[in-house]
Amino acid sequence: MSAVVTGLGVVAPNGMGAEQYWSAVCDGKSGIDRIRRFDCTGYPVTLAGELASFDAAEHVPGRLRPETSMMSHIAFAAAELALADARLDPADLPEYERGVITANATGGVEFGQRELQNLWSQGPSHVSAYMSIAWFFAATTGQLSIRHKLRGHCGVVLSEQAGGLDALGQARRALRADHRMIMAGGTESALSPAGVVAQIPTRNLSTRAEPSRAYLPFDADANGYVGGEGGALLVVEDADSARERGAPTIYGEIAGYAATFDPRPGTGRPPGLQRAMRQALADAQADPRDVDVVFADAYGVPELDLVEAEAISAVFGPYGVPVTAPKTMTGRIYAGAGALDVAAALLSIRDGLIPPTVNVTRLAAGCSIDLVREGPRPSQVRTALVLARGHGGFNSALVVRAA
Amino acid sequence: MVTGIGVVAPGGFGREAFWERITSGRTATRRITFFDPEGFRCQVAAECDFDPRAAGLTPQEIRRMDRAAQLAVVASREALADAGSPELRPERTAVSVGNAVGCTMGLEREYTVVSDGGRKWVVDHEYAVPELYDYFAPSSLGREVAWDCAAEGPVAVVSSGCTSGIDALGYAVGLLEEGAADVVVAGATDAPLSPITVACFDAIKATSTLNDRPEEACRPFDADRKGLVLGEGSAMFVLETLASARRRGARVYCSIPGYATRANGFHMTGLKPDGREMAEAIRIALDRAKISPDRVDYVNAHGSGTKQNDRHETAAVKRALGPRAHEVPMSSIKSMVGHSLGAIGAIEAAACALAIDRNVVPPTANLHTKDPECDLDYVPLTAREHRTDVALSVGSGFGGFQSAVLFAGVA
Amino acid sequence: MPEFTAEDLRVVIRGTVGVDDSVDLDGDIVDVPFGELGYDSLAVLEIANKIQKEFGVAIPDDLIVELETPRKLIGFVNQEGAVAS
Repeated sequence: MSAVVTGLGVVAPNGMGAEQYWSAVCDGKSGIDRIRRFDCTGYPVTLAGELASFDAAEHVPGRLRPETSMMSHIAFAAAELALADARLDPADLPEYERGVITANATGGVEFGQRELQNLWSQGPSHVSAYMSIAWFFAATTGQLSIRHKLRGHCGVVLSEQAGGLDALGQARRALRADHRMIMAGGTESALSPAGVVAQIPTRNLSTRAEPSRAYLPFDADANGYVGGEGGALLVVEDADSARERGAPTIYGEIAGYAATFDPRPGTGRPPGLQRAMRQALADAQADPRDVDVVFADAYGVPELDLVEAEAISAVFGPYGVPVTAPKTMTGRIYAGAGALDVAAALLSIRDGLIPPTVNVTRLAAGCSIDLVREGPRPSQVRTALVLARGHGGFNSALVVRAA
Repeated sequence: MVTGIGVVAPGGFGREAFWERITSGRTATRRITFFDPEGFRCQVAAECDFDPRAAGLTPQEIRRMDRAAQLAVVASREALADAGSPELRPERTAVSVGNAVGCTMGLEREYTVVSDGGRKWVVDHEYAVPELYDYFAPSSLGREVAWDCAAEGPVAVVSSGCTSGIDALGYAVGLLEEGAADVVVAGATDAPLSPITVACFDAIKATSTLNDRPEEACRPFDADRKGLVLGEGSAMFVLETLASARRRGARVYCSIPGYATRANGFHMTGLKPDGREMAEAIRIALDRAKISPDRVDYVNAHGSGTKQNDRHETAAVKRALGPRAHEVPMSSIKSMVGHSLGAIGAIEAAACALAIDRNVVPPTANLHTKDPECDLDYVPLTAREHRTDVALSVGSGFGGFQSAVLFAGVA
Repeated sequence: MPEFTAEDLRVVIRGTVGVDDSVDLDGDIVDVPFGELGYDSLAVLEIANKIQKEFGVAIPDDLIVELETPRKLIGFVNQEGAVAS
């Protein structure tokens, strides 16, 4: 049994839909700009990868908009795009063999903040009946299950930015057990004042105001990350089932996956990212030499960049494999990032192009990696390794391979 | 294999106090004391009398962790001690924590500070505490448990609403089956008893309004039921492969031979009266366990105390178990410990494991007059000695999710 | 209290629960059950909450299910509103 991706649903700050996003990242076009969703004048953080032109009215039915938060709005759009791309009507598959597994990091933040404000400024009777279904972390999976009649395994996994890959890993497990199709990935929007302010004390956000000098992973000038909103949902199918129904495109196979956790700080034990990479490769029965590109997690925080660069060098040798981070053009989209990077990796396989990492000029000391900065770099890509790390110590690695 | 159990639930601290409580038939629901509930529609809840310092947490842990994390860490420690404090290999130890609504108490407390009591939409970043992002991102619950037991294998928070506790166990079993870990510290936690959660359930009129009789407020399957009562708590387990348990000669409570989750794809809060998807989840769980319906000895019901739920799951259990449904005792411990959202599935799993261990099934409290539409044996009021080798626990949650998990005694 | 009209209800609906893309809310809807207009139990609760806040008329929990069309809901609000004032 193998799990293959047959549909891509992408909603990114620099492009709506997989093709628009892909041409934007290949052209080095960034969606990072000053926050316009609210007045950020008094904040040390003023940049984000906002979905500036996303109009929920275009993607979300009128009745569903008021009962859902932005993370779910993005998911409605991404799911439609993914199903259209896969030319799949889930109703054509057996009822309990189609499911949905999503990830998010912070739930329906802006909805939650609004209702908290209603509660505390006006009283309990002013809290919306929809608060109970919009804010919580399972809102998106539930809404997608209902909208597309996905009645099989429905799951939600939270591991901050690693979640998008973990959802795909779990999707593969469900396909192996007894499913034909899982809609999997993650979407996120934490762009309300409280969502942004919550991250400020981590000191991991860039406080620069110039979009091209803010989020600079692996750069000597790295100074934190810029957040973004959006994400991707992928149609993942059992390979035999996909062929049987005549799926128009098989982008590639989810060939390997592994997750690890970092030791508690102060124990002196090594970080877990390298172990996740090696386990994912072993799971894919792949040798490091088989890997044609690594889509890095690219935290943008100097010490975390160094951990990642050292792990990549340890597995592949210094400058041993092309490494890229198209998220330099979207910001870090939390649980939306993993599936988005997987979509980019699959398009790299399709087109033989590695999209660039923008704005990085001088690699930091110790980052001995072949970071693709000119771009896009033409290169035959058969196997790609995608990495994601979640705040607190989550590490996930996923291998995609040409089908 | 379940080799260790830890519980922090309303009405008593620790596994044994929990068992004593749920087999006594006495409820732990009371008027809310965590905040002044005046002005709220529902003013009762099942609160834990939990003193984090007495429970062994350090001042720094208490400052850093939201209550949901505190409960989970304390329950994990009890589970590990119960399992004989095994030597864990960090790389081969995983964590799976179910949770529905995150770190609500910490989040709401700090929200009121940065918003200055709800006055500011553009909240004040200068008042943000270092833990604020942990409260917004409940993956922090997984991190706290992982740090505490030095796990470096896969760590995840499973957050599928009110079935999270069951689904987190299912996730853990999947990790063991795949060979991703030898031991998983798994379970669930939720500490939702904060004004926003109570207001949320007020708004959809799902909670009981028996404010003047708190101890009778939750009455699953009773004709006079008035809705659910919120609770809080955590149950954590040490799960390990048979090989690992044998290697160290561990005492085994039971195995988890089958699990499944399905969704009704129908409504975020509404249930189809036919119970089809819950029945399907039960059927697949039995199928995976290779256990026939007539071997099920006890059903731990979702039993939240709403009319819709009681009828839905009665239909589902009949559909899945056939004639056996009328022979098997089925009870709801939510009548005593409340509905702790994402945690309750794990707390109910503890009830199942202990029922197998002790051959006693807990009762449904407050069940005086059975709803005529609900015609199964709901074990009213008093616990029953009952030979239990196989227990089934079901859960139903917002999003339309229906989950089922089986526990089987090991000879 | 001034009369609660169908137009008032439309404003409440638009401002709280939105409109199904296939429904013409400005059409003749007063006798169409809320369910057929695309409003489930949660939506009707949300509408009732808003009416209580803006027009001061509380709709008891067990009555909400019985007020199954806009006409019945409007009638109830006016009846209660008249008693209150």
